[in-house]
Amino acid sequence: MQTVAKLIDTTLCIGCKACEVACQEWNDQEFTMGVFNNTYQTMPDLAPNFWNLIKFNELEIDGAQSWLMAKYQCMHCADAGCIAACPAPGAIMRLPNGIVDFAQDHCIGCGYCITGCPFDVPRLCAKTKKVYKCSLCSDRVAVGLEPSCIKACPTSCLTFGSRDDLKFAADKRAADLRKSGFQQAGVYDGPGVGGTNVIYVLKHADRPTDYGLPKNPSIPWTVQLWKGPVKLLGNLVFVGGLLAAFVHFIRVGPKESHDE
Amino acid sequence: MTSRRDFIRTGVAVTTALGFDLRPAIAAARELKISRTTQTNSVCPYCAVGCSVVIHTLGDKARNVRPTVVHVEGDPDSPINRGTLCSKGISLKEFIVNDRRLTQPLHRAPGSAEWKPMAWDDAVERIARHIKNTRDKGFAEKDSQGRTVNRLPNLAMIGGCTDTNEINYLISKFRFGLGILSYENQSRL
Repeated sequence: MQTVAKLIDTTLCIGCKACEVACQEWNDQEFTMGVFNNTYQTMPDLAPNFWNLIKFNELEIDGAQSWLMAKYQCMHCADAGCIAACPAPGAIMRLPNGIVDFAQDHCIGCGYCITGCPFDVPRLCAKTKKVYKCSLCSDRVAVGLEPSCIKACPTSCLTFGSRDDLKFAADKRAADLRKSGFQQAGVYDGPGVGGTNVIYVLKHADRPTDYGLPKNPSIPWTVQLWKGPVKLLGNLVFVGGLLAAFVHFIRVGPKESHDE
Repeated sequence: MTSRRDFIRTGVAVTTALGFDLRPAIAAARELKISRTTQTNSVCPYCAVGCSVVIHTLGDKARNVRPTVVHVEGDPDSPINRGTLCSKGISLKEFIVNDRRLTQPLHRAPGSAEWKPMAWDDAVERIARHIKNTRDKGFAEKDSQGRTVNRLPNLAMIGGCTDTNEINYLISKFRFGLGILSYENQSRL
């Protein structure tokens, strides 16, 4: 099955927030009153019932006022930190088409995925004690529809398709931008986590952190250690203990009780 | 009773125990909320662009079923928006399924501070009466030089952005019939 992906051409984003509302509407999310923090952003951050946020990053670059819009949602990493961290079987899964999806029925609410995520995306709901995030509308994609945010986008800033096609389109768009004078234009697709299924075209690809994207995302070393060597060691100790008990039983025999 | 979801889940558990990993199938069991809906084409009522929308209604129109709107999204067949919608248009479901939606005419009497519900018949009659009174007062059959003009300068008409061609045709007929000259559309307001 082809790996699906979402392409976000941030140079075309006008900040209309149609994708935010489309996401809320499709997923039947409850409305939460936002707070004003001196930007045009809807919310300061993602929430358990708010999976898709357009960040309005206002800053000065080379003396010119710049407004770097960035869509902030699950990146659907190939080498996903949440899957690596999750201890509950079936709670987080990678679908054959590359979507990383949470099944809340199986979630135990431990929050390890939040620690494991290099992009800080999953959010724990205090009420249901489950973790929620963008599912790339896996229900829509399964029947051949595009995700809700992509359908709504009026400027074609968002496009959906196979990852290879979109990677090609992103590279082409970045080359076009460089040709038109935006020297720093480039593609961001999550280096360090095996590539993400959300691909960005950035006008200032040399400074992804200004868009709110980590420069070199990677699964935290604590999670890697805990789920790698420590887990292996623990398993060895466990099996070793059983083995030792068995050998002791064979060599020494069962415990004898002595009458006082 | 076993629901479809439970059935799939049990099946997944059994087959997983047998050594097949069917976990992705659980996700496929996530129900598409528009898989059993009736699609109705309509026009977004907000601005003058006039984007087409598809309204998804759940309920099979049986006698004892009251259909509910569950989703609204852009109509890909429309040459205007080609399936896309803005942040207001995409929230149309909230506009349709809303406690605060007006379902009957409200009337605020002159000098009064509150709106009172009014029957449709009364409202239409009242509007008609006002139009008739205004027309009787201001209708000019001839202008100052004695030429026949049959015009009504003291009444104006405003059209809505979601009016269809057919409605606009009827509105125009009505307007010409009354002699209204001032004519504006929401798209230019």
